[in-house]
Amino acid sequence: MSDLAIEFRDVSLTRPNGARALDHFSLNVQAGEVLALVGRSGAGKTTVIKLVNRLLDADAGAVLVEGRDTREWDPIALRRRVGYVLQEIGLFPHMTVAGNVAVVPALERWTPERTAARVRELLDLVGLAPQQYAARWPDELSGGQRQRVGVARALAADPPVLLMDEPFGALDPMTRAELRAEFRAIQQKLRKTVIIVTHDMAEAFALGDRVGVIGDGRLVACDTPAALAASPDPRVRTLLDA
Amino acid sequence: MRSLFSFWIAHRVELASLLGQHVLLVAGSTMAAVAMAVPLGIFAARRPRLAAPLTALANIVQTVPSLAMFGFLLPVPFIGGVGARAALIVLILYGLLPIIRTTIAGLQGIDPTLREAGVALGMTPRQLLRMVELPLALPSIVAGVRVAAVVGVGSATIAAAIGAGGLGEYIYRGLSMVDTTVILAGAVPAALLALVVDALLLWMERQLSARRRPASRRGAVTAVAVVTLLALMTSAAAARRARGAIVVGSKNFTEQLVLGELVAQSLEREGLPVDRRLNLGGTLICDRALLTGDIDVYVEYTGTALTAVFHQPIAMDSGGVFNTVRDLYARTGRTLLPPLGFNNTFAILVRGSDARARGLKTIDDAARESAHWRAGFGYEFVERPDGYTGLAKAYGMRFPEAPHVMDLTLSYRALAAGQVDMIAGDATAGLIKGLDLVQLDDNRKYFPPYDAAAVARAETLLRYPAARRALERLSGRVSPDAMRAMNYAADVEHRDVGAIVREFLDK
Repeated sequence: MSDLAIEFRDVSLTRPNGARALDHFSLNVQAGEVLALVGRSGAGKTTVIKLVNRLLDADAGAVLVEGRDTREWDPIALRRRVGYVLQEIGLFPHMTVAGNVAVVPALERWTPERTAARVRELLDLVGLAPQQYAARWPDELSGGQRQRVGVARALAADPPVLLMDEPFGALDPMTRAELRAEFRAIQQKLRKTVIIVTHDMAEAFALGDRVGVIGDGRLVACDTPAALAASPDPRVRTLLDA
Repeated sequence: MRSLFSFWIAHRVELASLLGQHVLLVAGSTMAAVAMAVPLGIFAARRPRLAAPLTALANIVQTVPSLAMFGFLLPVPFIGGVGARAALIVLILYGLLPIIRTTIAGLQGIDPTLREAGVALGMTPRQLLRMVELPLALPSIVAGVRVAAVVGVGSATIAAAIGAGGLGEYIYRGLSMVDTTVILAGAVPAALLALVVDALLLWMERQLSARRRPASRRGAVTAVAVVTLLALMTSAAAARRARGAIVVGSKNFTEQLVLGELVAQSLEREGLPVDRRLNLGGTLICDRALLTGDIDVYVEYTGTALTAVFHQPIAMDSGGVFNTVRDLYARTGRTLLPPLGFNNTFAILVRGSDARARGLKTIDDAARESAHWRAGFGYEFVERPDGYTGLAKAYGMRFPEAPHVMDLTLSYRALAAGQVDMIAGDATAGLIKGLDLVQLDDNRKYFPPYDAAAVARAETLLRYPAARRALERLSGRVSPDAMRAMNYAADVEHRDVGAIVREFLDK
């Protein structure tokens, strides 16, 4: 069995409004695997990934990243080892494409040469020709192009872990299919530990090495797509048949 | 219009200096307000419970009329008093509100997703502020700065009331001389300045809200730097001259401007450096300024000093009042110099034609006519203890109807036009000569003496013996006729006060 990259141990979390987001949730993510988390909206998927980079803290239980409890990590250092791609993308509108990709290198005080080289490399990786796109502004890009920049920004400092929250949710079906294919190609090269959240079972099956099903704040099932497809569990079946 | 341009050309050095002072007041106060309001706004935006009371407080400050604000600050130690410092404080207070408000609005208007993205990328709160929140709130903040600066250009004209200089000096001078050209000479450049400031900051705002390319950002910074530098340069000459000079003050009406100029030129003829802070508003402002050392000398009237400054009961004996006031001044470190030679008391005035036709010489003569006369008085004369009620009693006047209460300056014209038959004016008003009016003799000695005399800080006279000599030489030099003639030249002929005084001193 390969290294454990992320470990959820019996995690519970109550939302500020009193609702239970996670209820004794446990999950292991192996280094270098893509784990797709799927569930209905409000099932607690986003909560799970925000616990990894400590945008949220658990009420009970523990979240471990690289074997260390996240509460022992310096949150800033932790977040720079964990790339995060938001559904809304969240590109900074006052920065160019290159400026957005270079945010973390700037925080890490890289030299301008190193930063520029890394920006070119990443834009090439996500399929945006640097000489054409580096100087553009976010509002000059299509939705798919923006999401590519979001991925490039999350990967800038080469973090071992990548969290993706409905990364392709706001895109049209054509673009979504295209980006999924590219994501798989990139992941072949980079072998990051990835948690990807989606409400779309087909997407989870297409992208995940394993697929975790969340229902009512608990992990209902977690297995390879093939095994899951054969599962007799009714909670899995309702999602699959939906 | 021609006279406005020739006024500017004749006063171009002064105009440049006043414009420079004005820009400096606005630039300095706006920058200071930014330095205070932006951190306050950032602080408040993070604590919503604090934002509301802070905005309310700034709102209240904003609603205080600026003239009242200068009045409030006058007696406050360290920050109050007269001059540019007090003016800056007031302008800063006014600038705070719009900038605090737009800073809060700008920060609260940021898409929360962007904040979350910043945090998730591993920004510290400080880095988030610097790299994300401030750049995104900047157009909104600049919009607040623009409002603050444009309002500041207007408020700064009022700063002239407390001797802070700026274009308001022409406006006040023009108002007291009832000279539209002089008012416009200050008001037009002030309005143009407001438009320029507005356009400049609007341009900056646009540059910032459009995508920022480094070149244009540099352009905006350069523009602000250039304007500030120009203002510094234009006012530098004036500032250099002001250091170590004797500061001459005056109240805000024509005779006081003439007397302030008279004192200033007399000192200059002794080779002393002089800084003019004329047009300072009323008695209390001048007195306060003299006490704190913001000014070194101004001309006061003995009766006014006795009642308004020292709160003593009215007395009638001219020599006695002078001695009392001189002693009271001496106790507070100030020296009253010998009287200039004229008494600016109230003057009961009638038309020259009436006086000649009916042989009117004294107020007793007029009292006999009062049964078929109409009287017109300024607001102050109706209210004062030494005003109308006492006068009517002392002389047994009986008018068929209550006196018309009107603006003092207007009452001269009303008398000349025959709308009223008797008024109470200033004994030295230039209009007396200009409108062919006659002053009746106060034969029952009703009015207290208002002998004009310079009052100076004792320590200034010790430091500059030549200043004492120059001021003592003015003793008895200004006769009532001479004063009236100078007021006439300024008020009616609209001649330059500096030139009028120069001619007088050369005689």
